[in-house]
Amino acid sequence: MYQHRYFPHTGEDITAMLERIGAKSADEMFADIPAHLRLSSNGYDLPEEMSEPEVRDYFEGLRDQNKSLVCFAGGGFYDHYSPAVIPYLTSRSEFLTAYTPYQPEISQGTLQYIFEYQSMMAELTGLDVTNASLYDGATATAEAVLMCVAASRKKNRVLVSSTMAPAVLEVVKTYARYHKIDIDLIAEKDGVTDFEDLKRLLAKGDVAGVIVSAINYYGIVEDYTGWSEVIKESKALFAINTHAIALGVLRSPAEWGADIAVGEAQSLGFPLNYGGPGLGYMCVTKALMRKMPGRIVGATTDEKGQRVFVLTLQAREQHIRREKATSNICSNQGIMTLYAAIYLALMGAEGLKRVNVQSSDAAHYAASQIENLTKAKLLFPDKPYLNEFVLHTPHVDAIIAKGVHEGVLAGIKIGDDRLLLAFTELRTKAQIDKLVQIIKSAENE
Amino acid sequence: MNNKLYDKLIFEYSCPGRIGVKLPKNEFSAYTSPLPAHLGRKDNPELPCVDEPTVVRHYTNMSTNNFGVDTGFYPLGSCTMKYNPKINEEIAADAVIAKLHPAQPFSTVQGALKAYYTLQSMLSEIGGMAEFTLNPFAGAHGELTGLMVIHAYHDYNGDYKRDKVIVPDSAHGTNPASAAVCGYKVVEVKSLSDGTVDVEDLETKLDDTVAAIMMTNPNTVGMFEKNIPRIAELVHGVGALMYYDGANLNPLLGIARPGDMGFDVMHINLHKTFSTPHGGGGPGSGPVGVRKGLEQFLPNPRVVKSDDDSYQVVCDGKESLGRISAWLGNFTVELRALAYILSLGADGLAQVGKLATLNANYIKASLDDLYKLPIQGYCKHEFVFDGLKDKSTGVTTLNIAKRLLDFGFHAPTIYFPLLFHESLMIEPTETENRTTLDEFIKVMRQIANEAISDPDKVKKAPWHTPVVHPDDTQAALEPKVTWKQLSDN
Repeated sequence: MYQHRYFPHTGEDITAMLERIGAKSADEMFADIPAHLRLSSNGYDLPEEMSEPEVRDYFEGLRDQNKSLVCFAGGGFYDHYSPAVIPYLTSRSEFLTAYTPYQPEISQGTLQYIFEYQSMMAELTGLDVTNASLYDGATATAEAVLMCVAASRKKNRVLVSSTMAPAVLEVVKTYARYHKIDIDLIAEKDGVTDFEDLKRLLAKGDVAGVIVSAINYYGIVEDYTGWSEVIKESKALFAINTHAIALGVLRSPAEWGADIAVGEAQSLGFPLNYGGPGLGYMCVTKALMRKMPGRIVGATTDEKGQRVFVLTLQAREQHIRREKATSNICSNQGIMTLYAAIYLALMGAEGLKRVNVQSSDAAHYAASQIENLTKAKLLFPDKPYLNEFVLHTPHVDAIIAKGVHEGVLAGIKIGDDRLLLAFTELRTKAQIDKLVQIIKSAENE
Repeated sequence: MNNKLYDKLIFEYSCPGRIGVKLPKNEFSAYTSPLPAHLGRKDNPELPCVDEPTVVRHYTNMSTNNFGVDTGFYPLGSCTMKYNPKINEEIAADAVIAKLHPAQPFSTVQGALKAYYTLQSMLSEIGGMAEFTLNPFAGAHGELTGLMVIHAYHDYNGDYKRDKVIVPDSAHGTNPASAAVCGYKVVEVKSLSDGTVDVEDLETKLDDTVAAIMMTNPNTVGMFEKNIPRIAELVHGVGALMYYDGANLNPLLGIARPGDMGFDVMHINLHKTFSTPHGGGGPGSGPVGVRKGLEQFLPNPRVVKSDDDSYQVVCDGKESLGRISAWLGNFTVELRALAYILSLGADGLAQVGKLATLNANYIKASLDDLYKLPIQGYCKHEFVFDGLKDKSTGVTTLNIAKRLLDFGFHAPTIYFPLLFHESLMIEPTETENRTTLDEFIKVMRQIANEAISDPDKVKKAPWHTPVVHPDDTQAALEPKVTWKQLSDN
């Protein structure tokens, strides 16, 4: 009799259960599967089972083939401080092993934290309603495109800034291509989205929505003064993509007149985890609430008069709308909304501001050191930035190679002579000075 | 689970001046460069001001009103709520992985890429496919990605007239929704009285405008689609492709492979079949596999193995459907699934389908005298009752589901599939022991008896949960979806 610690069945159990079922053997339950479709008697061509210590050894072997580097890379994922409290709480079984909270009577924990998350994201973006949740910042932006078109009913064109992260643009284009939505890129001018080009594209008509980044791929904080007026005149929706942490100090999407805020929330202290899980957030105005994809938790009262929480407005969702759905989102990033809620609770508005200021200070220190001590220059020296900027240097490959050798991830190559560098509150002066030395010595090689 | 409601929100502990973190010393304050005023926030966001102990106590208390696989039995049909092994969590929480940035040079992430590549190869073996991508974030995302593969394939062949996807009327809601998001029209094919696809009806719907059919197998009533070879022949005969929705893959582990049945494209829910926790709604993972000849349409980026046994990430597939994720998916979910497969090995995996099917048939055989069984014969991992046999009491499936909560069981999936009025869909999974199943059976029988002897006891349930009969109508009529909207009143 085969035994494994995950399977509770004894031989006696199986015999008794088969008897109840009225089957002579377990195989009888599969008699309806045509014999030529059955897995061959050799079974799977997979390794033999491992004991727990062997599994540990296996992954330790893999770990040795990874290298932790001092991280100066961003591009949508940032190495912020992750408080110990968060994984401790999010790994509680009651949260982690729960299903989607369709039974509110026994799911108040999940529903409560989603409600808190919704409230906090609404505060950060200034908008009314938050969903819980979308996969990542890129798919959240693509969902915003679908939503703009669905909300407009007849219009089928969405304008997207070409200064958005290339991976986000690619995901948007993929979704749009198959959904047969026209995407026009708004041109870049001096590192930012060109307002004149926006007006030119809007004049063509048929525009359902406009999507831009608050902080673009070069790390530049863009200025959208006058945008919402022009966009509203064309009866299009305005969406702004921001990585979540920066919402603590940036003019909020609502203050810019946006209808939709989307983005990646990994920056709220999530481990980098080689790119996932992150968290795609989306917040909208009340007017768009019933057009928004994803789950929404609302407050209500129960028979005992208690304030309780339930999934609400489910008529928007795919399992009800089926082929009429404009989004197919079902399982999402779930527990990562708890991660975000705890992070924001620990930080508060003050902590969030400090994290941003300190990250920005580190970036500005690095920029001044690099400009003073190396030949590299900022690609857009006159543009405002927070914690990320692009260096203009012919030595990109050499800098990255040298960095790896020194245990440093010296940014992301975004062009033959462009190096994108990011800074957080975790980077020390000594680490930044080392980065500067790496750039310097790469130039001299 | 604690049956007394803990109803506080973190905002209600807020006290100005408190903070839950201490940041490292700022060594750069001399370099502060404030943003131009008009680019900055005017007001502070109203986040709670709380200290660390308050946060810990609050969320710990909150968790006690939640039911999870670790607290009790979850017979939720089509959701495969099996035990989530703890070694997987340890592996996923690795401190080195936590610090790996997705843009690191490949030479510094060989271990991570090897894990990705190994899992993709193992899933190919299990699915009977040529290659997998692990990038899709969830089952529905896998469906969408898989349909995009199919779209890209037809486009590559210049076959642009295919604008329809066929789904069975018993399909999960995500199937038609994914097809619609991918730009397809949805055509429903009828089910026979045994829940399987009506092949005659299918034939009338197949022509050269059909791009694909999406199927689960076993289907949503837990029956194996035994006509699958014929269906594959018909579908391929008109040049369309076969899509396998992996929501119900669990009973096939060790039994059969979708690739061998003629499926061309499939997805797998790692958070179902491969034991990763559901997390109250995610993060999951929905890897997509394709048969030989379709690999080039998979999404960018892809992980490949070089001749020198090193791994690389490539983004240059010209025929690729495009990109559906910023990076390589929910990486730590992928690690958990790999740990699960290694822990079970070939022999362990081969037992999963058999034991899951045994558990489902055991419950069915123990209750079908009291509950209406619309479809006879051995089920696979799950089955559907159409409510109680005795309909005279007025006790509904919803009542039964709520009454179960009183006994510490999660409710089954209810009112799905749409084939029956009172669907009660039960999937026990292989990790439940006979004692638990017997306990569940006993309670289900008790509820059936109560429906006759004391129907109000069932109709007014639950009685013992922390929350009783929340007012859904009120929630939807005047949605209050933030703390601020609550305190506005």
